[in-house]
Amino acid sequence: MKILIKGGRVVDPANNLDKVCDVLIENGKISKVALNIKTDAKEIIDASSKIVVPGLVDMHVHLREPGREDKETVKSGTLAALAGGVTSLLAMPNTQPPIDSKEHLDVLGDIINKTARANVFIAASITKGRLGEELVDIASLKKQGIVAITDDGDSVDSDILMSSAFSKAGESNVLVICHCEDKLLSMNGAVNLGFTSTRMGLRGISKESEYKRIERDITLAKDAGACLHIAHVSCKESIELIADAKKKGIAITAETAPHYFALDEAAVIDYDTNMKMNPPLRTTQDRESIKQALKDGIIDVIASDHAPHTENEKDIEFERAEFGVTGLETELSASITELVNTNLLNWPELVKKMSFNPAQILGIDKGTLTPGRAADIIVVSGDRERIVKKEEFVSKSKNSPFLNRKLKGVVEYTICGGKIAYKYKKE
Amino acid sequence: MAWTRKDLLGLESLSREEIELILSTAESFKEVSTREIKKVPALRGKTVVNLFYEPSTRTRVSFEVAAKRLSADVINISPETSSVRKGETLVDTGRNIQALKADIIVVRHASSGAAAMLSRHLDISVVNAGDGWHEHPTQALLDIFTLKEKIGRIKGINVTIVGDIAHSRVARSNIWGLTKLGANVTLCAPKMLIPVGIEEMGVNITDNIDDALVRADAVNVLRMQFERDESAAFPEALDYFRKFGITSERLNKAKKNIILMHPGPINRGIEIESDVADGPNSVILEQVINGIALRMAVLFLVSQGHDKKYEDIN
Repeated sequence: MKILIKGGRVVDPANNLDKVCDVLIENGKISKVALNIKTDAKEIIDASSKIVVPGLVDMHVHLREPGREDKETVKSGTLAALAGGVTSLLAMPNTQPPIDSKEHLDVLGDIINKTARANVFIAASITKGRLGEELVDIASLKKQGIVAITDDGDSVDSDILMSSAFSKAGESNVLVICHCEDKLLSMNGAVNLGFTSTRMGLRGISKESEYKRIERDITLAKDAGACLHIAHVSCKESIELIADAKKKGIAITAETAPHYFALDEAAVIDYDTNMKMNPPLRTTQDRESIKQALKDGIIDVIASDHAPHTENEKDIEFERAEFGVTGLETELSASITELVNTNLLNWPELVKKMSFNPAQILGIDKGTLTPGRAADIIVVSGDRERIVKKEEFVSKSKNSPFLNRKLKGVVEYTICGGKIAYKYKKE
Repeated sequence: MAWTRKDLLGLESLSREEIELILSTAESFKEVSTREIKKVPALRGKTVVNLFYEPSTRTRVSFEVAAKRLSADVINISPETSSVRKGETLVDTGRNIQALKADIIVVRHASSGAAAMLSRHLDISVVNAGDGWHEHPTQALLDIFTLKEKIGRIKGINVTIVGDIAHSRVARSNIWGLTKLGANVTLCAPKMLIPVGIEEMGVNITDNIDDALVRADAVNVLRMQFERDESAAFPEALDYFRKFGITSERLNKAKKNIILMHPGPINRGIEIESDVADGPNSVILEQVINGIALRMAVLFLVSQGHDKKYEDIN
C-alpha cells in the first residue's frame, strides 16, 4: 500500500526542511521526501497550496477511560485527536482507577490495544490513588512502558514526597510533569483572582497558587537531577521563573494550552462555563506574556489539556461546574489563528511546539518526517476558515471554549501509521 | 428611550439611560400604592413566579406585592417545598416553570451567575433577586431611587458603603448603578472585606469610618453576615462595631442631613446602633416602600421588553 502526498509545502523542522515537495508512504512508513517522486502509488493526495507536517504530538490529554466513559473513551478521544491532526498523545493518569500500578496500567493498555485509533502513550500517577501520600513504583512502571509521571489535576503537597519522586524519576529517566497549584492558595476559586473574580462575585484563583508551586518544583527537581515539565502555564510570573531556571541550565520544559494565548479572562464574564478551566484564564497582560514566551522559546510545547466533561457537569451553576475544556479538535486551528496568522510564529516554529518538541521531551520516536519512521503525517489548509460547531465535534464532549468562533486552518487529511485515518468532509 | 431587554440580571450591563428609565417608571408607579384600590392592570393575565433558593422575606414579599399591584398572578416556590429537594437542577426547574406558561421568573440563588444561566436557557423574562455575591439589582435601584427622592439628584453626591463589601451583592450593584449616574462612591471596611481589584470599579477605599463619613451625603450600611462560611475571616462582632459601627456619636460629626440606608435585615448593635437605625436620618422604611414601586417598574419593563423581542422575532 503506497500513498503519495503531492506538491505540498512540507515542513519538517527535525530535518530542517521547509519546501514544496512530495512525500511517499510505503508499508506504513515514510519512504521518501523529495521533489517529483515517480511512483505507481494508487492513492495520491493533492497537497498543492497545502501544508504537510508531521502528525501532532499532544502531551496533555484526558481520555477519561477507564471510569468515565460517558465523557470520553480511548476510542472517541483518539478519533477526536485524528480529526484535530493529533496522531500521538499522552494520556493523563487521573482515570478511575488512576494509573498507579501494573494492574491498572494493564487495564488501560488492553483498552488501548483494542480500541485506540491513534498512538497513545501513557503517564502514570506520581502517588498511589493520586492521594499525595505514597509514591508509585516508578522504576517498574517505567519498565512496563510509561513515559512520564504526573498527578495532574493535583500537585503533590509534601515537599519530602515530591523530592523523593524527583530522585526516583531521575534514576529511572522518567519525565515528571507537574500540575503546579498550591490548593491552600487557590482556595476553591473559580476564576482569576482580581477584578474578574470581584465583579463576578466568585472566589478567585491567585497567580501565586501557580507560580509559588512552580518555584518549589524547580528547586526540588534541580536538587534531584530529574527532568521537570511544567503543565499548562497560564501567567507571566510563571514564565519568568521558567526562563530563569532555563538560564541556569536546569532540565526544565514547559507547555501552555491554546486557550491561554487565544483567550483571556474577559471571555468568562458572562459565566460561560466553557471558559472555566484550571488554571483559569488570566489577564490580557498574561496572555501577551504567554505569546512572547512561545516566541522566545521559554514555552516549548503547545498541548491541549483536553478535558472532556458531560453537559450535566458543565452546563450548571458556574461554581459547581467542572473545570476543563476540550481541545484536541481545535488546538491546531486556534494556534494557526493566534500565532501563525499573526506572524508571531512561522510554520517550522509551530511544528516544533506541537510535534517535534513534545516528542523529544517524551523521548518518543515521533514528530518528524524522517524516512523510515512510521508515517504520521497531516495535510493542513492553513488559510481555510471554519466556524467551530458543537454538532461537528468527534469527541463525546462538546465543552469547547472556541464554540461558534471562526478559526483559521483546517486539517484536510490525517495519516496515522501510513493509513488515511481522517479526511475533512466539507468541500 | 424604550426598554428592550427581556431580563434584568444586573446593573453592570445597563446604560445610564436604562437605569434612569427604570427610576422614572418607578416614580409613576409609586402613586398606585397610595390609592384606595392599590392596583393597575398593567400585567393582567401575566404570571410571575418567585423562585427563591435562599431565605428571604422582604425581597420576596416586595416582589409579590409589586406583581399583585400590577394585577399579575403570583406563584411562590421555595426549595423546601419543591422538587428542588429531589435534586432537580436550576435549569430544569426553570424549564418547567416556562412550560407552565409563566411570564417572569424572579430568582434568588446562592450561586453567582445563576440568573444569567437561567436567562440563557429560557425565553421568558428573568429578574435577578440576588445571585451569590454578584448582583442584587433591584435593591440597588431602590436605594438609588430613595437617594434621588431625598436629595433630588445622584450626579455629584457622595455615597459611602460600609461593611462586608467582599461578600455583598448589594454593594456591587450599588457601585455599578451609582457610578454610572455620576455619584462619588467610597467603600469603608476592614481590609480583609475589601475584594481585590474593586478600585477598578471607580470607587474610593478606606478603612477609617470617620474619614468615610465626613463628606458623605448618604451612608449605606451593609448587613454583617456572620452566618456565612467565610466568617472565619471576619472580625469579631464587638470589635467590628467599635471600629465600623454607625453610632450617633459618629453621625454627629457627619453632615447634618446625612441619609442612612440599610438593605435589611438589621443586626442592631453590630453594624448600626439601635437608636440610629430608628432615628431621623434613617430612611430604612422608606426604602421598603420604594422597593414596591421600583419592582413594579422592573416587572413592567421586562414584560414589555419580552413582548417587544417576541414581536420582532415574528
